[in-house]
Amino acid sequence: MSSHVLRPLWVVIIIVILILGARFIIVPPDFGIQERGFMYGYHRKSNEDDWKAFKVKYRTRKYCKDCHPDKYEPIMSSKHRIIQCENCHGPAVDHPEDPPKLVVDKSRSLCIRCHARLRYPGTERAKIKGIDPEEHNTGMECSMCHNPHKPDMEGW
Amino acid sequence: MSISRRDFLISTLKIAAASALPLSAFKILSPAEARASVEASTVRWGFIVDTYKCVGCGFCVKACKLENEVPYEAPVTRTWVERYLILKDGRMVADTPLGGRDGFTSLEIQEEVVKPEDVAKAFFVPKLCNQCENPPCVQVCPVGATYQTADGVVLVDRTWCIGCGYCIMACPYGVRFFHPVYKVAEKCTFCYHRINKGMKTACVGACPFGARQIGNLKDPNDPVTKTIMTQRVAVLKDEYGTKPQVYYIGLDENVR
Repeated sequence: MSSHVLRPLWVVIIIVILILGARFIIVPPDFGIQERGFMYGYHRKSNEDDWKAFKVKYRTRKYCKDCHPDKYEPIMSSKHRIIQCENCHGPAVDHPEDPPKLVVDKSRSLCIRCHARLRYPGTERAKIKGIDPEEHNTGMECSMCHNPHKPDMEGW
Repeated sequence: MSISRRDFLISTLKIAAASALPLSAFKILSPAEARASVEASTVRWGFIVDTYKCVGCGFCVKACKLENEVPYEAPVTRTWVERYLILKDGRMVADTPLGGRDGFTSLEIQEEVVKPEDVAKAFFVPKLCNQCENPPCVQVCPVGATYQTADGVVLVDRTWCIGCGYCIMACPYGVRFFHPVYKVAEKCTFCYHRINKGMKTACVGACPFGARQIGNLKDPNDPVTKTIMTQRVAVLKDEYGTKPQVYYIGLDENVR
């Protein structure tokens, strides 16, 4: 075969080899069709482990219980027992190492999430004791009068 | 070439019989199907939202954003709560200020103060990724950055996503968004890092009223599975054929 045919053929072959070589280096070895087939499962398998290794920040009340029984016991015997500690105190992450101190959200906006009066018929919200945040002791923190760990009793 | 009438009829019958063999008898299993038949997953994550229990406090949205490092002030969120009011005059108003992150604290809705006396029915509807059995967002990904795990959760590979946004357009539920920090597609992962450690998702944990539950649909003794099997539940946008795995108790026809 004459060289004017062979020469471009070699060029094409080299380009194909280069592309395949680059693909071999760039694409991770665990990339491919996994359990859910080609349509839904075409991915890098190790990414599942990346997501599993994500940092847990909300540790739930089990994590608080042993060191803070003085706070845990009273709230668990009150109506507020359904609220997790971290909803108001913020995520524990690795407390007490990191962060050493949790910042309590004492703002009115936290309490009125549930206690702003919305008397919509047929909702559970209508059954929660509520106030009009525009009128009820504006400018004061709720915890100045109400103990969030003992909400049934007025004051401390 | 000569052929007798008898031979001709016999060969004709043979060919007819051979071509009648179903083609599926020769079907070659794909590697995925072969693997699934040997080591099928015993877990399929599913979710229940009880709209009767939701009071619109928004603790779920707050917890999700902090747990999953979704920028708190940015107007994006993996889960959100919608408020629907059906008024006595027949109108419907709905809103979700900041996705319900700070709860619903005002009678003002869409710049209009609606008195509870004028409301015929009202409900709060928490929303999150439906982790569809047929996820349209996964089909459209041109690079294989988003996928479904064997236990049914749809995830995004942040190192592989090119940020083209096809999946954001494809999701009928508007669940996906562009992550402002990583500049890739972002979505609810059912807190994959938590459920694989035996914990509940951040939103389930934060909900004081038990409006959200997560469970394994392949375990017949799981409370979530039992509820779905025995109670009246509905899914969002069933007509799309996506087979959502987030089931709603008390879903109203006005919810979109």
